[in-house]
Amino acid sequence: MTTMQTPNGFSLDSGGRRVVVDPVTRIEGHLRLEVNVDDDNVIRNAVSTGTMWRGLELILKGRDPRDAWAFTQRICGVCTGTHALTSVRAVEDALGIAIPRNANIIRNIMQLTLYVQDHLVHFYHLHALDWVDVVSALKADPKATSALAQSISPWPLSSPGYFRDIQGRLARFVESGQLGPFRNAYWGHAAYRLPPEANLMAVAHYLEALDFQKEIVKIHTVFGGKNPHPNWLVGGVPCAVNLEGVGAVGAVNMERLNLVASIIDQSVAFIDQVYIPDLLAIAGFYKDWLHGGGLSSKSLLSYGDMPARANDHSADSLMLPRGAIIDGDLSTVHEVDLKDPEQIQEFVAHSWYAYDDDAQGLHPFDGVTEPHFALGPNTRGDPGTRIDALDESAKYSWLKAPRWRGHAMEVGPLARFVIGYAQGKPEFKEPVEAALRHLDVPVAALFSSLGRTAARGLECQWAAYRLRESFDDLVANLKAGDLSTANTDLWEPTTWPKTARGAGFSEAPRGALGHWVEIERGRIRNYQCVVPTTWNGSPRDPAGAIGAFEAALLDTPLADPEKPLEVLRTIHSFDPCLACSTHVMSVDGQEKARVVVR
Amino acid sequence: MTDRPLSMEADTPPGAPGRTLVLGIGNILWADEGFGVRAVETLHRDYAFPDDAVTVMDGGTQGLYLVQDVRAADNLLVFDAIDCGREPGALMVVRGDEVPRFRGCRALSLHQTGFQDVLSAADLLGGAPTRLTLIGVQAGDLETWGGSLTGAVRARLDEAVRLALAELAAWGVASTRRAVPLRGPSQALVGHGIDLASYEAVPRPLADPAEGGG
Repeated sequence: MTTMQTPNGFSLDSGGRRVVVDPVTRIEGHLRLEVNVDDDNVIRNAVSTGTMWRGLELILKGRDPRDAWAFTQRICGVCTGTHALTSVRAVEDALGIAIPRNANIIRNIMQLTLYVQDHLVHFYHLHALDWVDVVSALKADPKATSALAQSISPWPLSSPGYFRDIQGRLARFVESGQLGPFRNAYWGHAAYRLPPEANLMAVAHYLEALDFQKEIVKIHTVFGGKNPHPNWLVGGVPCAVNLEGVGAVGAVNMERLNLVASIIDQSVAFIDQVYIPDLLAIAGFYKDWLHGGGLSSKSLLSYGDMPARANDHSADSLMLPRGAIIDGDLSTVHEVDLKDPEQIQEFVAHSWYAYDDDAQGLHPFDGVTEPHFALGPNTRGDPGTRIDALDESAKYSWLKAPRWRGHAMEVGPLARFVIGYAQGKPEFKEPVEAALRHLDVPVAALFSSLGRTAARGLECQWAAYRLRESFDDLVANLKAGDLSTANTDLWEPTTWPKTARGAGFSEAPRGALGHWVEIERGRIRNYQCVVPTTWNGSPRDPAGAIGAFEAALLDTPLADPEKPLEVLRTIHSFDPCLACSTHVMSVDGQEKARVVVR
Repeated sequence: MTDRPLSMEADTPPGAPGRTLVLGIGNILWADEGFGVRAVETLHRDYAFPDDAVTVMDGGTQGLYLVQDVRAADNLLVFDAIDCGREPGALMVVRGDEVPRFRGCRALSLHQTGFQDVLSAADLLGGAPTRLTLIGVQAGDLETWGGSLTGAVRARLDEAVRLALAELAAWGVASTRRAVPLRGPSQALVGHGIDLASYEAVPRPLADPAEGGG
């Protein structure tokens, strides 16, 4: 039998041709996708496989919990700070450590800064190339490009000469044969819809964004001491403040706070005048390509982040909303508790791990990571060298399958915006409605790859404005005489109970992130992470419900199955990052994605 | 309306070697992938650079995020683990145009944004370094998650540092050996329990998963 219904409401047909994309490029980490297409090249079944083994938590056993952030920061290159933040929160939760008000604001500033930078880099450098045909930009008329740019934004870099210069630079780059960041793409593909002028404008902004993002991270250097790999601290933040001080080293002073203020102003300007106009302009050409919704109109989860009040982690205090929506019922936003054993559970029935009972889920406090690699009987190809098709009826991924009260959930910017929208919060509702009006599309358009990409842009803008507010809060608090940045009362392990356990939460730019720590006699006894891409990229659960990637790919027509641009577009819209959700199983030197149609 | 140029790096005075970046890249949680970071950690522990225009950086797996640091450098020296089918621990010095074309080997980083892409992006933006040297080590093990450097690679750290100092000296960049090596979380380049000694002090708790292709 090749057709089946999933418990979460999708129809799968594993007949037809199988298309394999392995690895998916322009993501961090290793992901393989297999889809079945019917006679009309429409996707009817999707299989998402993390091809690397996941076991990062085990490295932490026996370590000092006060150092855990430094290890988790090394898991991956893109959400370093979020892992560090989540880790210190888990340890503080376990030990009952309260942080000072300044530390809370500075952590929010660190996290908001990451949002601004990460969303910007994702849009221009990892995702735009799924919508923008770089090579087509060579055919653009610089004068018409200038007119287009000036029609959508007051951004000053918009003269015909500027775009002519960018075009010339791009031409020399392409002619030199070193496509660099632009290789591994399907230039000239029928699914690209922008005119050459819009493509050239986007390429110019690709370069400007790459240049500008270096400014944003200077905020991390100011408060974290260095970048890359800023410092974090259990009990607060590792920076002292001396408003009267001078210079670029030592305690944070007014000179460096003024630098932060200036970077925030530049970030707001860039997002308002470049990112958002580009996003709306590009979306305008794709507004009838509304595939990729998947779970987004059904089940969404956010842990929330950025507490407005220090040490108050209730939903009411969190600037980014916390909650869960199930089965598309926007009238009820459910409460989320990371420590409730009934809520978050991980399953391994289709994952290359073994539990005592594979039909049961385990809460992360009871988490077990026991690798068990075995291929199903319907696997095609040679398991030792080259697998042509995995057998999704058996175990098929190194990702576990996390579920919230048994439901497969989507996490990330779209989940956060829909939850904020459902809660009637104006700062999420109004920008969404304005964008929908601008594009003249119904609310349903939100539940698509394009909607996910738009939510990320709106969230980047949200973050830049919250960054400015948080900065003003910090300066006001410092000027009022509160200079405390760390609570060291419980720093020494002699002050800790013999055993303790706690949960740390955050919203990484790409979605809900949780760390669960158990401490025994001053050392880590168990540590589990459930990361955003494990939620979104999850394989099936024992009941057969599919995860967000698999659901989002269904019913999407491919213009050319040999060049599955539409698959990449939808998967990239999640901003997947598998470096921390998985680990290497087979090292493959090929950077170029292998696409095989059978 | 005037258009601001993309690159606004300061000019260097004539005769000076310019700005120098000594960069270690790779993932310390991944056995010999950690070589680049461990090499700059060793260099920073034992040597100082009197010239403020020299930066020693633990680049980790930051990929494209390193592009601004690369563009800001006139001279770039990179440590990384590579896989060229030599004897584990073999050191290779690769210069200039050979670095981006170093395709006889596997990509320099396991990460999708390999370092070659960082160099290409720097080139595209303008401001790619004028001098570029890669000091690579043939990795013996790039797969043991949670492992440290293998013996063959760890044994070459000091020699890799000496090769780097000789290269820097040829560029006119002076270094001095520290009277007292820098140690501890406040002084080491890599601290908070992930410096090489602390990292290796806790044994890796777990065996590898079953062999498998795919």
